[in-house]
Amino acid sequence: MDHVTKRFGNHTVLDDISLTVHRGEVIVVIGPSGCGKSTLLRCINALEKIQGGEIKLGNEKIEYGSKRLPSLRQKIGMVFQNYELFPHLTVLGNIQLAPVKVQKRNLAEVQAEAIGWLDRVGLEGRENSYPRELSGGQKQRVAIVRALCMHPEILLFDEVTAALDPEMVREVLDVMLALAAQGRTMLIVTHEMRFARAAADRILFLDGGKIMEDSDPETFFTHPQTERARRFLSTFQFDNIKKL
Amino acid sequence: MPDLGISVLFKGKNLPRLLGGLWAALRISLISVVISFPLGILLGALMTLKNPFVKAAMRIYLEFIRIMPQMVLLFLFYFGTTRAFGWDLTGETASVIVFVLWGTAEMSDLVRGCLISFPAHQYETSEALGLGKAQLYRYIIIPQAVRRLIPLSVNLVTRMIKTTSLILMIGVVEILKVAQQIIEANRTASPNAAFGVYLAVFFLYFIACWPISMLAQYLERKWG
Repeated sequence: MDHVTKRFGNHTVLDDISLTVHRGEVIVVIGPSGCGKSTLLRCINALEKIQGGEIKLGNEKIEYGSKRLPSLRQKIGMVFQNYELFPHLTVLGNIQLAPVKVQKRNLAEVQAEAIGWLDRVGLEGRENSYPRELSGGQKQRVAIVRALCMHPEILLFDEVTAALDPEMVREVLDVMLALAAQGRTMLIVTHEMRFARAAADRILFLDGGKIMEDSDPETFFTHPQTERARRFLSTFQFDNIKKL
Repeated sequence: MPDLGISVLFKGKNLPRLLGGLWAALRISLISVVISFPLGILLGALMTLKNPFVKAAMRIYLEFIRIMPQMVLLFLFYFGTTRAFGWDLTGETASVIVFVLWGTAEMSDLVRGCLISFPAHQYETSEALGLGKAQLYRYIIIPQAVRRLIPLSVNLVTRMIKTTSLILMIGVVEILKVAQQIIEANRTASPNAAFGVYLAVFFLYFIACWPISMLAQYLERKWG
């Protein structure tokens, strides 16, 4: 990403952001609500139009509305906050749709791969269930498998646990930790600080549409460089709360 | 036990005549459905476009047809056009025209409502998966739209069948008109025929509409 700027009307959401993600790197993006984290991810696969700068995957430019976009997006797996499965398709139907119809891969091969992944994320035997029969955490794991079966070069996770009950958060984070350990390239937006610390190679702290900090998790969580980051992190501490 | 006038039904060809009347009503409904549903789907899809001119034109058409009592439309097309334009429409043709106008308006509104009810995330998710526009409609939007529309449109069919009871006012001999003729013809021999004959009409409408609404319920449960 090079000098990317995104505005909604007069409001600048991303302000001259430059960022390089290396292969195999796990980057966790954190920051207060409205700081532009989600917009950052949405710009990367051109769900949002950018007003300045450019975004490249490898050597190819990602451009809103371009003809090449559908094929580029196949290399970018994205998982959204609200486990957005298609309600009229089964688990397997959801997973195999894009690999078979878009990438024209062999159905049996895709299904075997899908079932293999479902087993690994703890959803064995659920391939013929409909999304409405699954819990939020299960749906989110299916959404992750759906993204994986596209064989993406990079995975984007947009607050994937924000809409889940606490017990379900863990099962989804475990899957993501396992993927991180496999050396996949991932860009994760989250509010789960402990997970961020455990999974990330790099932490980006965003505020007001700018990257305020870009450091390794140890440094960020123990010695944040900016006052803004210190204040943000302190909101997750409950040790010094005064009794009323 | 009072005389319910049911025996009249079995005199002469009275029952087959009633069935013939039912068929006349169903035929007009069927022709109207076959014409108005594809038109409604087309117009409904047009209404989701952002073109303000198309939108305004559709809106006016829709409101006009829905606010107007069907009876007024029937009179307008049957009596009005004869004098004004010298058209010699049969009652049946005028009925089909009115029912097509009405059915198209209702259907297009159902289709429009259905298409705009898809949450934005379904479009985004399929974009993010690399699906093109055509694939998005073919695999995601249309299959779901059809499922949601079938129960609603089946409902519209039964409403159309029921509304055919108005077309006797423009001289179409449908089931209700046949019933009136039978009652008139037997006024002296069976003065109580009205009860039996209208009861038969009641059951015949029921037999025609009930399976259709059962089908709608079944599909709703299956795909809901």
